[in-house]
Amino acid sequence: MTRRTLLAIEIVCPALAVLAIAIFTSRADSYYFPPLSGVVQSFADIWLSERLVSDLLPSMQRMAIAYAICVVAGVGAGMVLARTPRLMTACEPILEFLRALPGPALIPFGILLFGIGDTMKIFIIVLGAIWPILMNTVDGVRGVDPALLHMARVYRLPRRVVFSKIILRSASPRILAGMRTALSLTIILMVVSEMVGSTNGVGFSVLQAQRTFAVSEMWSGILLLGLIGFLANLAFLAFEKRALFWMRQR
Amino acid sequence: MTLTTNTARRPEGTPPASRSRRRLGDSQVLLRCSGIAGVLVALELLIRIDVIPRAWFPPVSEIWWRFLQGLGTSSFWGDLGNTLLGWSVGLGLATVLAVPAGMLIGSHPIPASAFRAIIEFLRPIPSVALIPLAVLLWGIDLQTKLFLVTFASFWPILFQALYGVQSVDPEQMQVTRVYRLGRWAAFRHVVMPSTAPYIATGLRISSSIALALSITAEIVVGAPGIGRSIMLAQASSATTDMYALILATGLLGWGLNSLFLRIEKAALHWHPSYRQEKR
Repeated sequence: MTRRTLLAIEIVCPALAVLAIAIFTSRADSYYFPPLSGVVQSFADIWLSERLVSDLLPSMQRMAIAYAICVVAGVGAGMVLARTPRLMTACEPILEFLRALPGPALIPFGILLFGIGDTMKIFIIVLGAIWPILMNTVDGVRGVDPALLHMARVYRLPRRVVFSKIILRSASPRILAGMRTALSLTIILMVVSEMVGSTNGVGFSVLQAQRTFAVSEMWSGILLLGLIGFLANLAFLAFEKRALFWMRQR
Repeated sequence: MTLTTNTARRPEGTPPASRSRRRLGDSQVLLRCSGIAGVLVALELLIRIDVIPRAWFPPVSEIWWRFLQGLGTSSFWGDLGNTLLGWSVGLGLATVLAVPAGMLIGSHPIPASAFRAIIEFLRPIPSVALIPLAVLLWGIDLQTKLFLVTFASFWPILFQALYGVQSVDPEQMQVTRVYRLGRWAAFRHVVMPSTAPYIATGLRISSSIALALSITAEIVVGAPGIGRSIMLAQASSATTDMYALILATGLLGWGLNSLFLRIEKAALHWHPSYRQEKR
């Protein structure tokens, strides 16, 4: 089996799947599964015009802010915990409890504290998505080769250099793995928090479309959420490749 | 990430990193307990002296007391049963579907490349995006919850099964061919044992996803279960009840996670990656 044949299969099969869906939905004449062309049409009508500013942008903004907080706070706290083993041991049961707690269960708590504004959503996303980053940072920093740290001490490297060139770099593959998990959690929690308590956002408008039985509109929202997840993942992979360029050189 | 700990073979002589964490010394147990106690006491004090407003956060002791009281009510056990029903049936369905699918797709390059793009597109789709569709199709019935739980927990198991099959040592497969063991024997004695740890990891990841989706369906859609009760408690300003239920959810998630870790260890005690830890 040559690589070219496999590549051809890889391209043709998804195309066939899309075609099958298009034919099935246009023939089925089902209320729940509107024709694919209609969904694409309503996607263009809704999401590329008014809703772009009123719903898509606020959602993206919440996601970006919350994700940034997750990365900064998660890596920071993870570094501190990894360097102070006693504190880590003391905190471990609490961290394990918080990590095991499903994020959406905290939404009512968030609503109680902050109402249904942006703060609540960012709070919920951070509380639900920070754990993979934090835990992986701890593991990554713990896994730094002690010989490298000894060498740094022998050469009297300044702390800043040790931190950025040795600790952060050796831990970065684990940190990035955590960031990837956190990214999909961020999207999920963004959608859920918008579905439960919001007046705008993609999650809110998808559920609203369902409640008003605007089926094509609902499907276009699902398509959009799928695209957001897919593109975010793609962008992250590209970022990871650049950030970890040194790993493949060896 | 969990994969690396399972598959990485440590060089002889170096003690496994996890050893120190497995066997806790007395001082560490003490430290852990004091950590929990410290946080609880600090919270209690901050609330008692009104640094944290009581309207937001009732004293921790009251939450625990309400939680223990709740254990005596039938409504709590009914909620728990509903949540666990969605969790267990959804996870079971996902396993039954994903393990054979993953093993089939991973076993040969043709299906692997045929499905790669489709899987890579479907997997990052946030499962919660399908909530409106599920509600449209089944309302607030159990099916809605099951559909969401099954869809979300399907992917990790599928991926682990797929990678597991692809990681089977080709030399071992060649040995089965040399000895003419036949397809079934090769599957039974080589493919299955090498894939099992991967599937076990997938199951553990999916277990927590399944619980999260079960709770999410209850909160967003209003399917009966712990999630709905948390939402109702918040809406009716029964703050202590709300926290007691959130506490119960966290303990449930933690309990299920430790249970799966235990089962994984017990079922795979023969596997090299687990044997090393015991030595």
